[in-house]
Amino acid sequence: MSSQAPVAVQPVPRGGLGRMVGRRTVDWLPALLVGVGIVALWQGLIVWTHAQQFLLPKPTSIASAFWTDKHELWSAGWYTFQEALGGFVLGSGLAILLALVLARWRPLGTALLPYAVAANAIPIIAFAPITNQWFGGGLTKSSKIAIAAILCFFPVLVNTLRGLTSVRPQDLELMRSYAAGNVEVFRRVRIPTSLPFMFTGLKVATVLAMIGAVVGEYFGGALNAIGVLILSRSRVFQFNEAWAGVLVVCLFGLALYIAVAALERAVLRWVPSTSD
Amino acid sequence: MRRATVRVALFVVVLAVLWGLWEGYRWLWIHEGWTWPFRVDDTTMPHLADIFSALWGSASPGGVGPRLITVLGKGALFTAKEAAAGFALGALVGFTLGVFLAQFRLLQRGLLPWVVASQTVPILVVAPMVVVWANPKLPSGLQDWGAVALIAAYLTFFPVTVNTIRGLQSVDRRALELMRSYAAGEWRILWKLRFPASLPYIFAALKVSATASVVGALIGELPSSIPNGLGAQIINFSQYYSTEPRGLWATNVIAAALGISFFLVIVLVEKLVVRRAPENLV
Amino acid sequence: MSVVKVAGVTKQFGQTTALQGIELEITEREFVSLIGPSGCGKSTLLRIVADLIEPSAGTVAVNGKPARQARTDRDYGIVFQDPVLYDWRTVAKNVALPLEMARWPRQKRNERVREMLELVELQGFESHRPWQLSGGMQQRVSIARALSFEPPLLLMDEPFGALDEMTRERMNMELLKIWEASGSTIVFVTHSIAEAVFLSTRVVVMSPRPGRISEVIPIDLPRPRLATTREEPRFFELVTRVREALHLGHDLDRAVPPAQEATA
Repeated sequence: MSSQAPVAVQPVPRGGLGRMVGRRTVDWLPALLVGVGIVALWQGLIVWTHAQQFLLPKPTSIASAFWTDKHELWSAGWYTFQEALGGFVLGSGLAILLALVLARWRPLGTALLPYAVAANAIPIIAFAPITNQWFGGGLTKSSKIAIAAILCFFPVLVNTLRGLTSVRPQDLELMRSYAAGNVEVFRRVRIPTSLPFMFTGLKVATVLAMIGAVVGEYFGGALNAIGVLILSRSRVFQFNEAWAGVLVVCLFGLALYIAVAALERAVLRWVPSTSD
Repeated sequence: MRRATVRVALFVVVLAVLWGLWEGYRWLWIHEGWTWPFRVDDTTMPHLADIFSALWGSASPGGVGPRLITVLGKGALFTAKEAAAGFALGALVGFTLGVFLAQFRLLQRGLLPWVVASQTVPILVVAPMVVVWANPKLPSGLQDWGAVALIAAYLTFFPVTVNTIRGLQSVDRRALELMRSYAAGEWRILWKLRFPASLPYIFAALKVSATASVVGALIGELPSSIPNGLGAQIINFSQYYSTEPRGLWATNVIAAALGISFFLVIVLVEKLVVRRAPENLV
Repeated sequence: MSVVKVAGVTKQFGQTTALQGIELEITEREFVSLIGPSGCGKSTLLRIVADLIEPSAGTVAVNGKPARQARTDRDYGIVFQDPVLYDWRTVAKNVALPLEMARWPRQKRNERVREMLELVELQGFESHRPWQLSGGMQQRVSIARALSFEPPLLLMDEPFGALDEMTRERMNMELLKIWEASGSTIVFVTHSIAEAVFLSTRVVVMSPRPGRISEVIPIDLPRPRLATTREEPRFFELVTRVREALHLGHDLDRAVPPAQEATA
């Protein structure tokens, strides 16, 4: 490995995970092989050891359950995805707005950042039954959008605020030499500087949005929601169908994550080590 | 000294403002009869004073039995045990995985996408299956709560792995060349240079993970019918919400305190370990 | 007409006096270098002229206006020790930054950016990112940016400090060409004696603790200055004068017993 070591001193992947994960199609090849390997190993282990199939079924059983129920699963996944997406957009949007306001009155922003960080340490997921109660028992999408939004809010707020306030002093000095107003400093320096930070928060938020929607559904949700569907299947020991539902949640969650990571890559073309 | 006074004053002011916002919102929505986004009344948004005073009241609706805060405190301790064990396990696994993925680039390419994908698995619905699967394999002292700790570890390891990789690869090229000039081997460079350089990154991740482990423990408890933790209290009080909403709110207060305590412990440890950590990473 | 007029400027940073009783007048088309050891406050003085920091006492006038007014009127361009380029902008967009802020129309802006990049010999790098350029090239972008809106006054804070000797001498020649062509006034901070003598019409020698002007040396070398100027006897004489002035300031500083220094 040491002969390849210089590879490891490439510039830090500032853009984050999306970049670490790989950017060309060929970069995905090892991941694909590993994926195939994992599934094959999983299948093989269960077949050979006759493990408790009812808990963790064979990939092939899950796949066939997925195929049989695909319409129901997709529409249930789509329903939950809409909740997660709504919460993601609402929560992240409000967080970015508040971060801009707090960064505009910087002493306020600096003073409140520790509180936002502390709020970010609260296990907000425990709040899910309350948002269900707010929106009449939880049969509506609004209650899941609300919990997903609250979950997304703090990581995006903390990261964006940190980005907006961690501008290099010399960048500001240049702006001052141009007698730039506050709006211009924001537009030309603070916002571009904050973007990599903001995307870090947004990617965390994509995962949280799906968790929020599913946990919300656990405390009571529409029958055609995927979280409810998975639980009802596993209660009657239909584990193939339950796992197929889990797969659908993963796919939707991954789609949201990849969409945000792709947006990040499109927006942050200028970050060193992207376009070399 | 003055600084400390300002800080305390600010803390009081922030709490007062938050309190005021809550009560002001309540008053305005009730007074105007607004129902968007939701109807405000004593059930949907109890007075904050009522929520806190409920902690000193009786836990059961009948008015007998121990105080609510005693019951919730016991639950919080149980959940904290699960979260702490999950945190330790997750941090260890996450760090080890991070070191290996950072050292071997091909491994990183092959595994990292799956590490990311792993976090999209809805653990809430997987949790009961994990408990049923793990319990027979666990020694009797670890029954139930050990399985929940596994679930907490699942949420914990991810940020640690990602930031360990990022930190180990953040080393300055010149510092690396200096090590090469000493003819240091890969593992020596890892220990003497990469690991210390990655500490701020790792601690940043541990702070995220501290909360994640509490979230994982709560989510793991919810569907696993483990009666001792805060998760069971959440289910319990959410069933009585329409008649006694303060219980669920009080449980949330305790859960928040638990999450923040976990976070603060890591902040404290970081202060002791990484004296030169940039303030930005707090 | 005086472009910069510094009168009785003093600057305190907490307990330390960075500058004390600075008097300096710079007239149009002058090239004035500020030279002195680290900590003599030459960069601080430049920043006070630019109104990036405020003096504790005294006044600064630029183009006959208070420094603040001059800054709002965009009367000066500044080049820092670091290039201070924005990573999220291409080379061309970095040069265009002050023009955008002065609301130039796009057409005129693009034209000027092209001219400027030609001037600093960076044609073909328009759509590069700053981090793809070498240190010298980055600093040239920064100079092009400062010159782009034709400010009557150019403030330069050790702009070539990070460059190698060869690049530095070439940049010196280029800067003189630009100065002669543009007719601007330049205030130039450096700690290279040869550079100061080669470029300037006057060299202002400063000494530390507290920062003050110890001597002003007019440079009477003929113009245009060429590579051969550096080999003329008069050049060496002037270099020696500046060096002696620097050492004098330094020796004076040394002569102060430590006990007194602590109370100063």
